Amino acid sequence: MRVNVLYFGVLKDFFAAEQEQIELAAGAFVADLINVLRTRAAGESAIWTSLAVAVNREYASASVPLHEGDEVALLPPVSGGTDAH
Amino acid sequence: MRIEILDMPLPVAEVMAELRSGPDGAVCVFDGIVRNNTRGRQTLHLDYEAYREMALDQMRQLASDAIAKFPIRDVALLHRLGRLVVGDTSVLIVVASAHRGAAFDACRWLIDTLKQQVPIWKKETFVDGAVWAAGEPFPAPLAFTHDPR
Repeated sequence: MRVNVLYFGVLKDFFAAEQEQIELAAGAFVADLINVLRTRAAGESAIWTSLAVAVNREYASASVPLHEGDEVALLPPVSGGTDAH
Repeated sequence: MRIEILDMPLPVAEVMAELRSGPDGAVCVFDGIVRNNTRGRQTLHLDYEAYREMALDQMRQLASDAIAKFPIRDVALLHRLGRLVVGDTSVLIVVASAHRGAAFDACRWLIDTLKQQVPIWKKETFVDGAVWAAGEPFPAPLAFTHDPR
């Protein structure tokens, strides 16, 4: 099955794309998609310890199942509004 | 409720005027503006981007949660995207309530929670370079972790 992956913020720069289609085995979970993407950026551990994932515009944990055509967004820590300090 | 993401200057005075109503004793406004520096580096401009549909969903949810959580009557929550310069309003939160305590509390809760979970990011351009602003860590229930299964 294929899912549509969206990248935002620093992740858009890192993957040099705003979105792409990723092929996954049927029955894959969010964790499986992240493992696929991680192999491309294994040295960048900071990215993988601070992100959130949204499936079809809702925050999703590693154990959420994916389906054909799902929109999966990789979200770096958000920085809207004004500064924290 | 008035919830918007705009690519133009936010109508601050208009939103403040339209939110007030007869039963209100207080209107609390948070006008978040672009500062001229971050940790001493001189800011030229900020570029805001969003996962727009999800950000709007999250902002609607935050406004509803605030009305359920605090004794307030109405909320407006607006965020601007695109290139902003020093002094521009990036985020506007207006809370109307019968009493000031709830209006202050709700306004504070809204900006703090927005900054943790509404998917909006900013790239800061300084006189000497540009970086994606380091966001606050996601709260535990939202952060991705490789949970065992």
